[in-house]
Amino acid sequence: MENNVIKVGMADYKVGSAPAKLITLGLGSCIGITLYDKRKKAGGMAHIMLPKNNTKDQNSLKFADTAITLMIKDLEKMGLNKRNMEAKIAGGAQMFSFGKSDQLNSIGSRNAIAVKEILKENNIRIVAEDTGGNKGRTIELDLDTGKLRIKTIGQGETYI
Amino acid sequence: MSITIDKLGERELDILKELGNIGAGNAATALSQILARKVDMNVPQVKVYNVTDVPELLGGAENIVVGVLLKMFGDLQGNIMFLLPEDSARKLLGMMVGQEVEDVTDDMSRSAIMEVGNIIASSYLNSLSFFSELTLIPSTPAFAYDMAGALLSAVLFEVSELSDQVVLIETDFSGNGEAIKGHFFVLPNLESLNALLKLVVAKVDGK
Repeated sequence: MENNVIKVGMADYKVGSAPAKLITLGLGSCIGITLYDKRKKAGGMAHIMLPKNNTKDQNSLKFADTAITLMIKDLEKMGLNKRNMEAKIAGGAQMFSFGKSDQLNSIGSRNAIAVKEILKENNIRIVAEDTGGNKGRTIELDLDTGKLRIKTIGQGETYI
Repeated sequence: MSITIDKLGERELDILKELGNIGAGNAATALSQILARKVDMNVPQVKVYNVTDVPELLGGAENIVVGVLLKMFGDLQGNIMFLLPEDSARKLLGMMVGQEVEDVTDDMSRSAIMEVGNIIASSYLNSLSFFSELTLIPSTPAFAYDMAGALLSAVLFEVSELSDQVVLIETDFSGNGEAIKGHFFVLPNLESLNALLKLVVAKVDGK
């Protein structure tokens, strides 16, 4: 792994600033959420598995609501302001399909809906998204430029 | 009596291992019949993992694998997943069709791999059913070719809603000198795991 690349595991988040890059591998139904402040060239990336936290463990980073809330707090501690944060989201695929009926209700799409709600509650704008489909994604946020690189198998790389 | 995963004792893990052993043995027999050659299955590993460590198990979350997923219905619910690294999938297909297979994702390869997943899962469930006297039914198989982490997350989320840990019944197999590495995971959901253990512990104790 090159220097300055901060790896974000499943059910985890990390924050950092330029010239670092934040990366998370193999998002399936999970969603990667990045928050970025271009003036400060700093931000964070979360890798969530599930929509809402109904457990008593208020620190669990598996869930979109707790992970995003805790990541925002950490970014605020670094001196970032919520008003200047821009969000990008990727993932939420359905890796295995058992027919059309379960598509609408898939965990991937439920994750995407929950992530959008939570960002909206925090008044954070989603500037780009690549969600849904049936492909796994690896994403990398360049904290210098704010570009999010998305890698899929068989479809190459795109930037959003 | 309820069992939470972090409190599973040696005994419960041994029982799961034995169930895994019987099931995997049957699955190996079925597989060697389709391939018309000897297939060896290792004694299953039954381990408790942190959910977040699982995507790294198959050589990293980004490693490309071929996967078959079947849902388990009936008296127990959960998922059964069969994963093969791409080169192993190619070798397995080669053995089945008797010639080199270029594309592991074309229609023929897909249906052949799904059929293997189907046979392994069904023979596994059959022996589990026989031993536990529970009715267990596999769904039709679904196929995917993608990053290991992405495929594993598709089954982990169900368990992880309630638990930070997961019990994996995991078997590797190899075929007649050909180093085919296959990974077979059984992930009962939490309630089903509890129900199964309760029933089997009672049976072993002769109650």
